[in-house]
Amino acid sequence: MNFPILSTLIFLPLISSFFILLSRDKTNNISSIYISLFSSFATFFLSLFLWYSLDFSSPKFQFVEEQSWINNFIKFKLGVDGISILFIVLTTFITPICIISCVNSVKVRIKEFLIAILVLETFMIGVFCSLDLVIFYLFFEAGLIPMFLIIGVWGGARRVYSAFKFFLFTLLGSVLMLVAIIVIYWLTGTTDITQIYEIKIPKEYQNILWLAFFSSFAVKMPMWPVHTWLPDAHVEAPTAGSVILAAILLKMAGYGFLRFSIPLFPIASEYFTPLIYTLSIIAIIYTSLVALMQDDMKKLIAYSSVAHMGYVTLGIFTLTKQGIEGSIYQMISHGLISAALFLCVGVVYDRLNSRMISTYGGLVNYIPKYSFLFLIFALAALGLPGTSGFLGEFLVLTGTFQKSYLAAMLATFGVVLGAAYMLWLTKRVIFGVTNNPDIKKLNDINKSEIVMLVSLAFLILFFGFYPLPLMETFNVSVNSLITNYETALISN
Amino acid sequence: MINNLNIMLPEIFLTLSVFSILMIGVFIKNSFNLIFNLTSIIIGITIVIILTSPSDEEKIFLESFTRDAFSNYFKILILSSSLFVLNSSKNFIEDNKLDKFEYPIIILLSILGMFFMVSSNDLILFYLGLELQSLSLYILASIDRDNLRSTESGIKYFVLSALSSGLLLYGCSLLYGFTGSTNFDIIASKLIEENTGAVFAMVFILVGLAFKVSAVPFHMWTPDVYEGAPTSITSYFAVVPKVAGLALLIKFMFIPFSNILLEWQTIIIFISIASMILGAIAAMVQKNFKRLLAYSSIGHIGYALAGVATGAISGYQSAIIYISIYVIMNIGAFSCLYLLKKDGQYKENISDLSGISKKHPLIAVSLLIILFSLAGVPPLGGFFAKFYVFVAVLEKEMYALAIIGLLTTVMSAFYYLKIIKTIYFDDSFITFDTTKNRNAQISVFTSCIILITFFLYPSILNNFVDTLFVG
Repeated sequence: MNFPILSTLIFLPLISSFFILLSRDKTNNISSIYISLFSSFATFFLSLFLWYSLDFSSPKFQFVEEQSWINNFIKFKLGVDGISILFIVLTTFITPICIISCVNSVKVRIKEFLIAILVLETFMIGVFCSLDLVIFYLFFEAGLIPMFLIIGVWGGARRVYSAFKFFLFTLLGSVLMLVAIIVIYWLTGTTDITQIYEIKIPKEYQNILWLAFFSSFAVKMPMWPVHTWLPDAHVEAPTAGSVILAAILLKMAGYGFLRFSIPLFPIASEYFTPLIYTLSIIAIIYTSLVALMQDDMKKLIAYSSVAHMGYVTLGIFTLTKQGIEGSIYQMISHGLISAALFLCVGVVYDRLNSRMISTYGGLVNYIPKYSFLFLIFALAALGLPGTSGFLGEFLVLTGTFQKSYLAAMLATFGVVLGAAYMLWLTKRVIFGVTNNPDIKKLNDINKSEIVMLVSLAFLILFFGFYPLPLMETFNVSVNSLITNYETALISN
Repeated sequence: MINNLNIMLPEIFLTLSVFSILMIGVFIKNSFNLIFNLTSIIIGITIVIILTSPSDEEKIFLESFTRDAFSNYFKILILSSSLFVLNSSKNFIEDNKLDKFEYPIIILLSILGMFFMVSSNDLILFYLGLELQSLSLYILASIDRDNLRSTESGIKYFVLSALSSGLLLYGCSLLYGFTGSTNFDIIASKLIEENTGAVFAMVFILVGLAFKVSAVPFHMWTPDVYEGAPTSITSYFAVVPKVAGLALLIKFMFIPFSNILLEWQTIIIFISIASMILGAIAAMVQKNFKRLLAYSSIGHIGYALAGVATGAISGYQSAIIYISIYVIMNIGAFSCLYLLKKDGQYKENISDLSGISKKHPLIAVSLLIILFSLAGVPPLGGFFAKFYVFVAVLEKEMYALAIIGLLTTVMSAFYYLKIIKTIYFDDSFITFDTTKNRNAQISVFTSCIILITFFLYPSILNNFVDTLFVG
């Protein structure tokens, strides 16, 4: 038996959070911060090592760990392939950034905050590693507890409402998935997805099961019309909470579509494609328009997230190579860009305690470094060529054109709207006239903020110019996903 | 014959010790502490006796008394939960001047009644056990006799419970009339043919049992009794009689009524759905923590009954797992109440919990774990309880029951979240006394550790429960 690298990856943050619980520094929480930084960086490097040692040329799951868990019933099965490894690395990369940012922005109960973040990291990595439906559900739902507390304890004025909305919406969506998982167990006799891939779920059950999974993923994604929890949760969550929410939690649903909905229910996926197209297009156009009207920076970025996730679902359900690769690329790049944008909002919010666009204006004259980075991120968000945001959208649209001209045209229109709200935001915040005297006294970003933002900006530009490392990683897995899907349709 | 008496050893030992400590209580003044400790020891010894006794099925006294793995499992569950409930409430009992020597003795008597209930294989023995238990519980509910609320709850419980016992007895006599026997096995064999009278009897018995486990629509007494009785009694009410009641219900469905499954299944499904929905909705508006736990326990019984409603062995097993985890969670939740003391007064309003996470982080985090577990959020123990039930329910393709059950889970999550909100998000007003209530702390700690680490080995209970149904 090899070294259980995935279990180590999953449980390292949990164990270190336990150490933080035991640490006893009353005054400045230095040791908690160091423990959490150390463990999150250790996890990050471990995941990089995992990425490095993964064999990209094989579509099989690797580093598989199997342990009997519930007798004769469910195995605790973990494994990674070319798709999931990227999400794991994204998670482990974003978590240390969150920890650095919370040192600046969280004023009360830092220790508890760090524990919540690390526990959340455990659950998030678990979601991307699990090869068993029940384990997946377990981690998927468990993430609600720390996130509920992060929004509720450290959030803004309407935090209670937002935390409840977040928790209950997501829970309501996922209970149907639990029913579906158990039904799958009784249909196939297993919840191990690699076995279910082989067994194939009977055709007459696929549609209803697909809808049950969809109800969960649609809420988490979030897709129109069940996206309403997201702006509330984003606005009220503390910076680190928003970053995790946008960068990783939303990606769980996209990952779920790729890992579960399409391979398990290929016939239903084909059947429901028009539904997904419609909802995605509505999400792209409608939420972009809504984003244009926002006065609150965080809300604007939240709505832009919904629109960007619309591209992801659109791309996934084109079920073409370009579409799916574009969606994965879009998810990774959105993970970086939205994290960066929320951090940027957090930086000025820490200084002026306002998220309103009208508070700001002409920042470029007083905090140039910040403004420069903000500009990069805004341009990446609108998909400027040369940033990672461009490639994802471009591939998704290429994929969509193969399937439906109408959908592709409407989605392209969304790109224009995306440019409109991002540029307008930049114009009002970074450029323009300074009305607020406080802005003149602003300090530019400090060292830790530079570290966070520059590393994100570097990755966004790097993957914008050189997408090969990512493409190579998931290429074979995506190919096998599509091949399996097409053989399933043909054999039907 | 004498050899056979080994089968009843736990009951015989319990009976003799109850009489002996009753004598001690009568002849020695202020002997509460002594008797209390002796009670704990007696419970401990009984657990050992049961653990060392073989678990193969044996029947004595004209097959009216059974000792098998099923009864042993429930006896251990009853004893260990009583032990935790009693010990964690000791400080509470003393602070509220309830330290009469009868208190632990009556508890032991009710345990004895439950022993006969879970072991009975005969209508008469079952009814005797049930009445012994009920009579003890009437006294316990009104033990704080100078307190208006406690007396009221005692009377309420007595009147309603006597009514249900009457119905139950009527059902038993009907059953005897239509089948010609009081023995469970014989009744079962007689019910293979169609027997409308026995179905009538079954309904009456079911009503009586539903009352004992406080399932809707026979739940009316629960909130009032929970709120009115002293907390130490409430925690006993919430845990131990529920276990015995459910055991009995399962036993009735498994042995005498196994052949009229279709007749009782609809009734149980209805009771289960009604309990889940009422438990979820009514608890939302509660301000008193005990009252809230009353409604939550109604909801939880609904989930356990959903397992029973499948009419399959896997369903009964899931119900047993459910009630076992429910016991752990409720002991934890009530033990937290014993830690919330301010100026000698125990607080039981939800608003009193406001912001305790700032000053009492350990109590807060324990409540957090217990409440999320009650809500059934993974990866805590409560999730697995629900998971097993729904696995069993969906095996029988009862989709509506499963979906309603899961939707009420979301609804009930709302009120658990409301308490967590009070604990974590609100400002703090009260600083509670730093009590040295070691026993309650141990109970809370044990229950939290079990709930957190349950996911490491979630089939631990299955291993025991799998052996309970042979036959």
